[in-house]
Amino acid sequence: MKKGIKGLIKMVGPLALVTIMSSLLVGCSDSGSSGEGDDKVTEIRVVTANHPWTEAIEKELSAFEKETGIKVKIDSYFEDQLTQKTSVEFASHSDDIDVVMFRPLQDGKMFHKNGYFASLNDYAKKDNFTEDFIPAALGSVKAGDELFGLPLVTETEVLYYRKDLLEKAGLDVPKTLEELEDAAKILHDPENGIAGFVARGKRAAAVTQFSSFLYGFGGDFIENDKSVIATPEAIEAFEYYGNLLKNYGPKGTLNMSWPEAMAVFTQGKAAFYTDASSLFSNATDPSKSQVADKVGFAPFPAGPDGAHPYNVTSWALGIGANSNKKDAAWEFIHWALSKEMVEKLQAEGNPGARISVWNSPEGTAMFPEDLAAAIAANGKADGKPYDRPLVINVGKARDTIGDVIIAAQQGKDVKAAAEKADKAFQELLDKENK
Amino acid sequence: MINWIDRNIKWVFTMPAVIFVALMMVLPVGYTFWLSFHNWNMSNIDPPLWVAFKNYQVLFNDPLFIKSLWLMLYFTVASVLIETILGIGLAIMMNQHFIGKGLVKTLFLLPMVATPVAVGLVWVLIYEPNIGIANVFLNKLGLPGLEWLTSPDLVMPSLILIDVWEWTPMIALIVLAGLVSLPRDPFEAAMIDGANSWQTFWKITLPLLKPTIYSAVLLRMIDALKTFDIIYATTQGGPGTASQTINIYGYVLGFQYFKIGQASALLMVFFLIVLSISIFTILLRKRAGVSL
Repeated sequence: MKKGIKGLIKMVGPLALVTIMSSLLVGCSDSGSSGEGDDKVTEIRVVTANHPWTEAIEKELSAFEKETGIKVKIDSYFEDQLTQKTSVEFASHSDDIDVVMFRPLQDGKMFHKNGYFASLNDYAKKDNFTEDFIPAALGSVKAGDELFGLPLVTETEVLYYRKDLLEKAGLDVPKTLEELEDAAKILHDPENGIAGFVARGKRAAAVTQFSSFLYGFGGDFIENDKSVIATPEAIEAFEYYGNLLKNYGPKGTLNMSWPEAMAVFTQGKAAFYTDASSLFSNATDPSKSQVADKVGFAPFPAGPDGAHPYNVTSWALGIGANSNKKDAAWEFIHWALSKEMVEKLQAEGNPGARISVWNSPEGTAMFPEDLAAAIAANGKADGKPYDRPLVINVGKARDTIGDVIIAAQQGKDVKAAAEKADKAFQELLDKENK
Repeated sequence: MINWIDRNIKWVFTMPAVIFVALMMVLPVGYTFWLSFHNWNMSNIDPPLWVAFKNYQVLFNDPLFIKSLWLMLYFTVASVLIETILGIGLAIMMNQHFIGKGLVKTLFLLPMVATPVAVGLVWVLIYEPNIGIANVFLNKLGLPGLEWLTSPDLVMPSLILIDVWEWTPMIALIVLAGLVSLPRDPFEAAMIDGANSWQTFWKITLPLLKPTIYSAVLLRMIDALKTFDIIYATTQGGPGTASQTINIYGYVLGFQYFKIGQASALLMVFFLIVLSISIFTILLRKRAGVSL
């Protein structure tokens, strides 16, 4: 043992030297390339999420490189890791992130408040770039008058269903939550490995997709700075959602975010699935889905209080506050969100935020017809522009509300769980509003 | 110059190591300690705000923190206990002579070599309640399937099972090394005195192996306390908070809630726990007459 430790210490010496030397070298090369002035920028770093949009834009990058001579390096991460990775880099005043893909409703407020984003006001003013964007979508990337991002992906919650199963059972597509529960009950067939319904059941991940249910029952997260997650309407919604997953869901919903729930659905193991519209290509792409030709889409079913699905900007692009290549970064954003590019990517199934594209027939040509109709119907319904509470510390708020969803799926006392969460959530609101 | 190096040779050779330890360990721990008295949400605009002991106060009134402490201890004690018993058994088995011993030895060591995150992902598939092989196996035996990682009651035992699968070989390996180097004479003496194999094991093998077992348990225990990879790769602390050990909770506080001060306070408490357990174990070893 003694020998081992000595040996280790002996090894640490050279190792330390190498580390220090290499970090010095890295430091040199860093300061070498990050000189002032953007005219010689040859590469920018774009940090993105693992998302259909990222897959689509990667195929187009060579055109941008040809046009501008700027190479684009893409780093992509799963949602939670993206938040962690980018916040740590930003907080260490690193200048490595030029363009960042972020969730305006999840991280937008916190990141802006922490000074991670560069202001885009001057850039956007130049050619009235924001004119064509849906105003509600722009609202989610603004703080007062300051624009800190541009909307990239919009989404709304829709009902995914299996056409073949419904047809076989002679069922109509459910238009209300009551009909959804009845249909799920009829189609639930665990003996043959088919669940009636699947959706996210994992603590924080479930909150956004639960929100449309909550609104449909007449509930909400916050009203006049007060938590309203323990009102009778909200409790009814929690109970409904939990029961649906508990009684007609597959096993293991407690740990399901969208990749897991989507997998159950696309492997043909569930009849109904509610989630964001922007994920649809996972279900209709034959290389990802075993039921690609059997998937149908419908507007989000109406609850006792009517249909109030969320309609949100789920992703946006921003520029890092410390980036030395802001002009090049803007050039990339300008290109990626130009009308032509949005039109092209939207045609491939990435719903954007440009009004003109949504109004043109090409904009929705590649969407399955029933999905386009469902998105349009959701748009006309009295929806909400948020799918999670609009607070600064969204992570904490989502976990608090997610606890109730967990309790509901386990058949525990939902009222008690909701009241406990209500208290914690109110404390958080009080702290933030101080 | 050369003279100077000659005179200070002991410093010249140790300095890199000292600098390394200072930069990579003391500094971060010190910074964490400093942050644990501040309120900071990773802002580049608002600097950390001094709040004295408030972070610690909030922490000890936080039921989730207490729960995560308990989960960490539960995980560590259960895994290390099972691993030690199985590891010793395995080592004694592998110390016998049989055909294909080399192959069996190699196979047993494989789990330990695999990357923990990959191991976690593989076990997620094994435990998958609808199509996973664990439930297929149970069904073949005529037993009902379990929910494994997705059941709040079963998630900890399921995680412990993964840890046992992965790390029992390590204990076995260390104990095996100890077994091989044991002197032969006491065993021969015992044989002549007519001790049966149980007595030999209990009165001779085990006491002689004690130092080795202590080392193995200490190493394994510190590692088990720090377990993050397996849990994060499989459940991220879920379902709900049922497997949120102190490490996972620290991650959540820091990188999901942006409460860096709070997370630092938690890490300082954790640091003290690991430190005191290590010191306690080393003292125990000294009392048992074992030197490091």
